This record gives sequence, C-alpha cells and structure tokens, in this order.
Amino acid sequence: MQHINFILSLADSNLILSQRNAEWCGHGPVLEQDIAITNITLDLLGQARNFYQYAARLINETGNMPGHIATEDSLAYRRTEREFKNILLCELPKGDWAQTVLRQYFYSAFCKGLYFQLLQSQDQSLAAIAEKSLKEVNYHVRWSGEWVIRLGDGTAESKQRIKQALQFLWPYTGEMFMPADFENNNGIDLASIKKQWLLDVQTILEEATLQMPAEHIFMQSGGKSGTHTEHMGYILAEMQYLQRMYPDANW
Amino acid sequence: MTTIHPLEINFQDKIDQEAKIEPKDWMPDAYRKTNLRQISQHAHSEVVGMLPEGNWITRAPSLKRKAILIAKVQDEAGHGLYLYCAAETLGQSREQMIDDLHSGKAKYSSIFNYPTLTWADMGAIGWLVDGAAILNQVMLCRTSYGPYARAMVRICKEESFHQRQGFETLLVLSKGTEEQKAMCQDAINRWWWPSLMMFGPKDSESTNSDQSMKWKIKRKSNDELRQNFVDMIAEQIKLLGMTLPDSHLKWNEQRGSYDFGEINWDEFWNVVKGNGPCNKERIDARRKAHEEGAWVREAALAYADKKNKIKTVSAA
Repeated sequence: MQHINFILSLADSNLILSQRNAEWCGHGPVLEQDIAITNITLDLLGQARNFYQYAARLINETGNMPGHIATEDSLAYRRTEREFKNILLCELPKGDWAQTVLRQYFYSAFCKGLYFQLLQSQDQSLAAIAEKSLKEVNYHVRWSGEWVIRLGDGTAESKQRIKQALQFLWPYTGEMFMPADFENNNGIDLASIKKQWLLDVQTILEEATLQMPAEHIFMQSGGKSGTHTEHMGYILAEMQYLQRMYPDANW
Repeated sequence: MTTIHPLEINFQDKIDQEAKIEPKDWMPDAYRKTNLRQISQHAHSEVVGMLPEGNWITRAPSLKRKAILIAKVQDEAGHGLYLYCAAETLGQSREQMIDDLHSGKAKYSSIFNYPTLTWADMGAIGWLVDGAAILNQVMLCRTSYGPYARAMVRICKEESFHQRQGFETLLVLSKGTEEQKAMCQDAINRWWWPSLMMFGPKDSESTNSDQSMKWKIKRKSNDELRQNFVDMIAEQIKLLGMTLPDSHLKWNEQRGSYDFGEINWDEFWNVVKGNGPCNKERIDARRKAHEEGAWVREAALAYADKKNKIKTVSAA
C-alpha cells in the first residue's frame, strides 16, 4: 500500500499542477507562451495519467476492494481532498506569470531529480514512466528556468514580481524533500535530490540577479498526508463536479 | 469610363490561371484589404474561440476528455499563430491587429459569442461549429492568396480531427444515461442555428461576395456552403438518434438537398453588432489577458535587448 500511495502522490501532484496551469489556456501573456504553458499542462496531465493508470492496476491486483474496479478516473475524480497526496506547492493559485513560472521551475527541477532516481527503481513499470516523463521534464526545467532569468533580469517591474513570487513560494518548497510515510525506505534519496535542487536553484537565481532565500525557514507541509490548503476543496469541487453529479455516467 | 491598370489586368490573368498571389506580387489595394480583413478576422476567431471551450478544461468529466480538450484548444492557438503570420505578410503587425480586435474595429466569428453551458457543448462545438468551419476552410485551401492557402492546408488537417472528436463526444452522450441524452439534444438545439449563421448573410445580402469570387478569395457562395452543411449534418445526426430543431427540415427529392427553415436574421445582425450573450465577456477576457501580459512582454524584450547588447559589445 505504501508503494501505491507513493505513486498516487506523484499522480496527484502532476494532476493538480496541470489543473492550475490549465487556467492560463486562452489567457496567456502572448500567444506563443499560451501555447507553451498549455503544452506543459498537457505533459503534466499525461504523466498524471500514466501514474494513475499504474496505481489503478496495482490496486486492482491487490484485490482489496471486491466489486470495485479502480481506474484513472475513479482515482482522480472520486477521492476527497483528505485523500489527495499532492504537495501544497502544486495547489497554490496560478498567480501572475512570475508565480506560475517560478513554481514550475521549483517543481520541475525537483521532478528531474526524482525521476532520475526512479530510473533505478526495482519497479520496472515505474522506471519506465519516469524515463518517459524525464524527456518532458527536461524541457519544463529549461523553459521555466529561462523565464525566471528573463523576469529577474528584465524590467524593474518584472524583478519586483518575481521577488514577490519567490517570497511567497519559498516556504512551500521544503515539503518536496520531507519524506512522507510512504516515502520511507522506498529507495528514493530525498536528501541528495534536495542538495542538487538547491544548487540548481542557486544557479538560476544568480543568473536572474536574485537573492537566494534563507534555507532554514519554517516550511509548510501536509499535502502528502492529505492536509491541504483551503484552495484544494475548490479545485476538486470544480474538477470533479460532473463525475460527482452523474455518478452512473460514462463520458 | 474607368481604365483598368495594366498591372491589374495582369493580376486578374494570374488569378484566372490559378496561380497564387504572393506577398511581393503587385495586388490591388482592395484585394490586400479584403485578405487582410478576412485573415485577421479568421486569426481572431481562433484565439477568441479558445475561450468558450477553455471554459470547460478544468471541468472535463474524465482525464482522457480533459487531455483531448486541452490539445484541441492548444491547436486553435496554433492556428491563430499561423494566421497572424499569414496576415502579417500583407503589411500589418500582429500588435495592430490585436489592437483592432480589442477596439471592436476587427471582427471575429460571431459563433463564439454564445455561451458554453454544459459539457455537451464541447461535443456540439466540435461537430457543428468545426464542421461548419471546415466547409469554409476546405474551400480556402485553394484561395488565391498563397500564404493564406498554405496556412489553411495545415489547419484543415487538424480541424477535421476536431470534428470527429466532437461527434464522438456526442455519440457517447447519446448512448448514455437519460440525463446525458437530454444534455446532448439540448446542446444541439442551442448550437444548430448559430452554426448556420456562421456562413454569413444570404448571397443576396452579402456585400463582399462578388468581388471575392472574381478574385478567387472564395470559391463558393455563403448559401452554397450553408446548404452543403445542412445536407451533411442532416445525415450525420441520424447516427446520434437526435433531432435538429427545425420543423421545416425536409429532404427535397427534386433539388437533391434538404430544405430548411429561415434563420433568425435579426439575432444574426444583433450578435454581429455586439449584442450577443457573450460579446462583451469575450473581448474583455482577451483585453485583460493582453493588458495583464504587458509587463511580461516588456520584460522579455528588455532582457533580449540586454543580451543583444552584450553580444554586440563582445563581438566588437
């Protein structure tokens, strides 16, 4: 079950961030970037689906829930906010473009380290999903990193905005590296991912002419264990509404 | 008697011989203007058209449907981009075109001024709205202005895919629960007439048609295309087991076509003039995105300038 929960947490983080980024579709700052963020939205959704489909297969194999077949949709649409295991960072509002690109950078740089380790996982299916996702994540890191630099070293206004985003988002970055129950003894070395992540962030922030925030501040957490922000209920209410309203329908 | 300029005779010859007109070729002012108006209007339609469908992305009822919908709306952004580029070859900047959209000077397809109220609207838009658009676009693949024709070839491939997806979305609903069937029929009822309006005024009322036909900007009249559409949809709807909301719809053996009822032209002209249910909302949303994105575009420019200066200095 721990292993399944771990996979679900990966699925949930990707889905919820995809849901947030999707809010940009049709509202981006310029058409080319509307397309770019929507691309990332689609990639994250695709990754979420791969993780959900795999988790559903494992759940069905355990046979713990007779008469109930788990699917990607039952997992995405029929669990409550207390069951979702995404990190808080992913559920925060999209904010302005600065907040969106910086959050994407923080998250994608983390995924890069995580998926890289998953390549070595004894679970072949998980390693295969990680391998497929890594190609996309590398692009997400590059795209979002370039935007962080551009905004930091752009105009006075863009610098002010990215600074604000940094201040707002930073306390939500620690959760990525705090192991949840289901992350104990699963072969993932979060400490080493964190080390590399901090180096990567520092490099990007320096190039963006921004100050690295203090590392040892109080970090928000709870997402992985289902204690979310107040945003989460609204995200699910919107996302799950049709499945909840018409429980017998197929779409 | 007006004399026809030799260049214009040459230009018309080219068109008559089915040669494409390219950006650097001589063209009458009115040809340039008509194309610019039409291509930019088409580009705006793609971009504004992202809004009614984008409205359902966060609420799509399954992950697969969500992925399909996001990809579709993203395709529309891509189409907008090709079309803005095609229009720019006629000498107007994208920025100017966008300003004209926001000021109301430039138009976009009125269909997007109708609201998307239920999930079934995603199917109805794909099937009916994209279906109507395709008939127009297939014709435009052979339009006389080269960059426009080439953009349309790319766009048509994706659009026909969208139409099939839309139909399939409705097909699933039509075989679903009673509530889903009702949702499906309701969406068809609401989108049918606005879809017919997409072909524009009747030929007898259309001011731009004759010249556009002569210049082969368009090759079929509004009424011809509309009839093709009715004939296509009246057959396809049988597969859904749904009905079209037109009591006059009837196969006419003699014409080999369907007869259909009269469009509410009063509604048509009102939506064109800005009085549709969502005209204001759509333009406000586009304007807001553009205004809120201004600082982002400025930052990107400022950064690019800095980098270019550094390059210039180090190259010196």
